[in-house]
Amino acid sequence: MNETQSYISPSPQGYYGRFGGAYIPEMLHRNVEELKTRYLEIMHEAEFQREYQQLLQDYVGRPTPLYFAGLLSRKYNTNLFLKREDLCHTGAHKINNTVGQILLALRLGKKRIIAETGAGQHGVATATVCALKGVECIVYMGEKDIERQAPNVARMKMLGAKVIPAVSGSKTLKDATNEAIRDWINNPSDTHYIIGSVVGPHPYPDMVARFQSIISKETRWQLKEKTGTELPTHVVACVGGGSNAAGAFYHFLDEPSVKIIAVEAAGYGIDSGMSAATTRLGKEGVLHGSRSLVMQTEDGQVTEPHSISAGLDYPGIGPMHAHLFESGRGQFLSATDEEALKASFEVAKLEGIIPALETGHAFAALDQLSLTMEDRVVLCLSGRGDKDLATYMKVMDA
Amino acid sequence: MSRLNNLFQQKNKRILNVYCTAGYPTLQSTINVMRSLQENGADLIELGMPYSDPLADGPVIQASSSKALQNGMTIPTLFAQLKDFRKDITVPVILMGYLNPLLQYGFEKFCAKAAEVGIDGIIIPDIPMYEFEQEYRAIIEKYGLDFIFLVTPETSEERIIKLDQLSSGFLYAVSSSSITGSDKDFSPVETYLHKLQSLKLKNPVLVGFGIKDKATFETACKYANGAIIGSAYIKALESDDNVEMATREFLNGILN
Repeated sequence: MNETQSYISPSPQGYYGRFGGAYIPEMLHRNVEELKTRYLEIMHEAEFQREYQQLLQDYVGRPTPLYFAGLLSRKYNTNLFLKREDLCHTGAHKINNTVGQILLALRLGKKRIIAETGAGQHGVATATVCALKGVECIVYMGEKDIERQAPNVARMKMLGAKVIPAVSGSKTLKDATNEAIRDWINNPSDTHYIIGSVVGPHPYPDMVARFQSIISKETRWQLKEKTGTELPTHVVACVGGGSNAAGAFYHFLDEPSVKIIAVEAAGYGIDSGMSAATTRLGKEGVLHGSRSLVMQTEDGQVTEPHSISAGLDYPGIGPMHAHLFESGRGQFLSATDEEALKASFEVAKLEGIIPALETGHAFAALDQLSLTMEDRVVLCLSGRGDKDLATYMKVMDA
Repeated sequence: MSRLNNLFQQKNKRILNVYCTAGYPTLQSTINVMRSLQENGADLIELGMPYSDPLADGPVIQASSSKALQNGMTIPTLFAQLKDFRKDITVPVILMGYLNPLLQYGFEKFCAKAAEVGIDGIIIPDIPMYEFEQEYRAIIEKYGLDFIFLVTPETSEERIIKLDQLSSGFLYAVSSSSITGSDKDFSPVETYLHKLQSLKLKNPVLVGFGIKDKATFETACKYANGAIIGSAYIKALESDDNVEMATREFLNGILN
């Protein structure tokens, strides 16, 4: 890679350092190529921007607040700001991307939307924008996840989406993604695939990161208003595929003074065999259309990860993050199921905010940083915890 | 001359290429399946290396891959099984698989080993064209293997010509899914296969996806040098414990 290349933008072929690209069968080539040729042009159109910004403001509820968390700041002896993506419509950052992609899909003349979902957050965000625009919506979801996430399945159905169970392989997110890709192969002309994270073949990682970059764009001016300076000392976010992290880091990646902290899910513990900490356990490989770090066996078969939070339960990581890890630009930490749970309860008690379990991982990592009163830490509060109540209730009952 | 070129020189019509999954239905059945295919009239064998996330395959082949992986199939195990297969299997054999397991095994090591045991060519549907040209083409040529690209009804003419130039052995024409049912309109596929014929490609063309019986095989053969059967054969193996019997019956149904 060219030394001067930014951490933000991939090469024309979609590479962040060694990671990225488009490893797809020929059956997907035309659709992916069409997207690659047109996404930037469409996203830069004045009319697209006007409609996108309007929806972000009036429908999603942006800008989301940057909240100075006083009691947590005192506890960690620092200045902690929470970027409140949990206050977005549908309860998480996911909708920043689906609003953008539905507008893009309509401009490409697509009539049918497909998506994959794990916990159901991206599925709900996709079903929501499809309802808004009156477009047919099909969501693939692992059979196991359908059982585990009944409320989100009900939300998608109420919004008019068809939820199709993925019954192959491990019947979770990875397999739902395979099924969505297959659907796209079988419906090559009228369908757009809304991927929910910064994964997949180029241009998806870059496109999703751009749609999520609104998070860090707002953070800059909000922090300036509150502290007189645009730049935090640290930005902290949890990483599964990595979409909220990509958005929270985006406008700080080329600011060397800002420490980039990504927190992965360690599950039962890194060495327990039940973990989803891809940068610690993965090797370079190809999954779902891009070259990145992938959790796999010695024989190159993709393995099933484990995390208590379905949103982090993915055996890969976006190529942008793989590059941040390998180049050392990002610091990658991890939190176990137990640490994430404990952190979520602490945030609920101290700040009156029930975070998603995914975000609990980001909070759990604050303990691992040596913070001071001179620091300005921004943590991306990626989603609210309503969807995790069943898990939280088990802890309270125990 | 390569076995594939030799085959197409001797016979350029009604070529029957049958796909089977290594290690399916049982770990040790690989060679038996291949032998049965040869004995019952397959001109060419496409041997699939099972992968956990086979994006370009349908549910039937994915299920056979999962079973093969459960049975313990790996690339080293496959090469051990293929060590002496050229003693009695003379038809061309190509390996089909996905890039990730090959990267872990080592791409050059894989090609060297494949050539050593007598494999003729490879299909890896998720290799990007630019990476093939920059990295893999020279290695594949070094070991005298053929490499087969796929084209689809969505592939532009310009790109078909380029993929044909980069391929050797044959070109794999993915039919649209509409070829599977006699009740569906075949005309778009017809137009597409006509277009392929008119492009005067350097490689013979075999049509795959949706070829499941005598009727679809005959139709495909009208417009191309032959066809590839995958899922329908895997289904036949699924429903019969006796590999020889199942294979004989299935191929009889196609060819006679």
